[in-house]
Amino acid sequence: MNAAANGRAAGAAVRPPVRSIDVAVIGAGHSGLAMSHCLAALGIEHVVLERGEVANAWRNERWDSLRLLTPNWLSRLPGYQYRGPDPDGYMERDAVAEFIADYARATTAPVRTGTAVCSVEAGGGGYRVRTWRGDWQARAVVLASGAFNRPAIPRLAADLPAGVAQLTPLSYRNPSQVADGGVLVVGASASGLQLADELQRAGHPVTIATGEHVRMPRHYRGRDIQWWMEAAGLLDERFDALRNGRDDLARARAVASPQLVGSRERAIMDLNALAGEGARIVGRLAAVRDGRALFSGSLRNACALADLKLGRLLAALDEWATGRGLGDGLPAGERFAPTRTDASPATSLDLERENIRTVLWATGFRPDYSWLQLPVLDRKGALRHQGGVVDAPGLYVMGLPFLRRRKSSFIHGAEDDARDLSEHLADYLDAMAGRCRDCIAVPS
Amino acid sequence: MDTKTILADNGVNVEALLGAREALTQAPEAARFKWRASCEWAHGTHARSTIDTFYGLGEEQKHRQPHRIETDHPELFAAEDHAATPVEVVLAGLAGCLTAGIAAVAQNRNIQLRSVKATLEAGMDLQGILGIDGDVRNGFDGIQVKYTIDADATREEIEALVAQSQKRSAVFDIITNPTDVSVTVS
Repeated sequence: MNAAANGRAAGAAVRPPVRSIDVAVIGAGHSGLAMSHCLAALGIEHVVLERGEVANAWRNERWDSLRLLTPNWLSRLPGYQYRGPDPDGYMERDAVAEFIADYARATTAPVRTGTAVCSVEAGGGGYRVRTWRGDWQARAVVLASGAFNRPAIPRLAADLPAGVAQLTPLSYRNPSQVADGGVLVVGASASGLQLADELQRAGHPVTIATGEHVRMPRHYRGRDIQWWMEAAGLLDERFDALRNGRDDLARARAVASPQLVGSRERAIMDLNALAGEGARIVGRLAAVRDGRALFSGSLRNACALADLKLGRLLAALDEWATGRGLGDGLPAGERFAPTRTDASPATSLDLERENIRTVLWATGFRPDYSWLQLPVLDRKGALRHQGGVVDAPGLYVMGLPFLRRRKSSFIHGAEDDARDLSEHLADYLDAMAGRCRDCIAVPS
Repeated sequence: MDTKTILADNGVNVEALLGAREALTQAPEAARFKWRASCEWAHGTHARSTIDTFYGLGEEQKHRQPHRIETDHPELFAAEDHAATPVEVVLAGLAGCLTAGIAAVAQNRNIQLRSVKATLEAGMDLQGILGIDGDVRNGFDGIQVKYTIDADATREEIEALVAQSQKRSAVFDIITNPTDVSVTVS
């Protein structure tokens, strides 16, 4: 008894008091800050809890040469937009971090840096948010901690020989950290192609394992592809208005990032360009056995699917332009050569004999919800939510791919989502307050 | 439904397939199937396989009647050619799977098929199975499938049918990706 009482007393002495707040926003990236701005506009008291510094992932978890995939003129957040000298350029990594930090300052967001969240639990009519720097009791919580926290590495990584180094887009910085010799890049998304290109140019013979992918030209008929996507309304397509409903949404949320690169040269990046530089294109990595990497024989079909899809996209954009009477003012629509594959693409490579010393997993990312002590994940570990309204009262999420709209995970996509969800959240708080008033009213 | 829309009929009950898909999304256990075949040696390289039961939707299932597939080898292999070679049956399996997929995808996309024909050819260097050269694999060194399709659709739509069928084909996956195989003796 005494020991327990002492322990409790000692604990109470070192632990700061629990602070109460209407809303805790977790993460001070562009999503969390956009939400903060919208909450402030609605007069809702909140705090933004940030594990590191503002725009932490852009400062500490992205490779050196990464640039935004969207042109600068599209870089905007609620009440804020890019006003620099190069609207058609693509922001470098550090400039993105500065852009977001400037936004935090301009909006005087109530950010607590160096405040990593250890857990979120239900309780006290809302959520108990435990952090390195004390606990918060919040009536509502917004998860804005990012969609790309952890690399999704396939289990077969464990079968690689011990001498082969393994990197991910989160641990990779630049070619100087890669051992001499060949690199197997697994995955043909934006990350995979960009890193394959950078490593091949730096003198590492690259093999790129290619499953299903999204081929997209940087520019089309003289305009950036993102101009087309935005102007034609594709980026505004909503999660609840897709033709085949939930099926289309599940596919759109899982699809790899399109093969785009933001570069000064506005280069069109695809497998043909990569092969032209000398990289070897093989099928999806299917297994590693006895020091051999085995690749799927489905490469041709993966490329055919991407080529057909690209053709349909460009045809749809042409049709939109013609319908809007824009066709005459734009250069004619170009068509891109089908993806070339070797006459007999390799289905098996001996890693040692081919001198492949490094494997780079460009196989996608997952959010990290290990600290979320709430029954809101499905059997595959994904958050159960309807357009950002999570399956738990007063819990919201921002910034996931196609959360509410096709643009949801883009910087410029945060604005509409933050407005919608902050309004939903405000209604929730009002309803909660109403219920509390009723609670008090009834007994009297 | 809009009565003016002309609906394709390829003899595939897409509503039932989509219904099954919806049901199996809710009940992942029921989606776990087991396919089976039994085989008995006849004589020489001639063998008879029987396909009768399978497991799925949480219980034992049965074909309407047992199906038999015989295999043998041609006379130039010093065999009696009672039936197709097993590797040819593999090609037939691939063709059957892809063709069924094309019909189902076409139905789902409301594309009327008039004829779907495939020819398949697979290369094989016998120096592998005969143990002459250890660097030569036993199996095919490649498979070419050529489709000729007559349908109410553009060339791009037909190419997309064939691509989607490969994307969702079990046999295409079995052939293009490694599969763990355990062979034991009781």
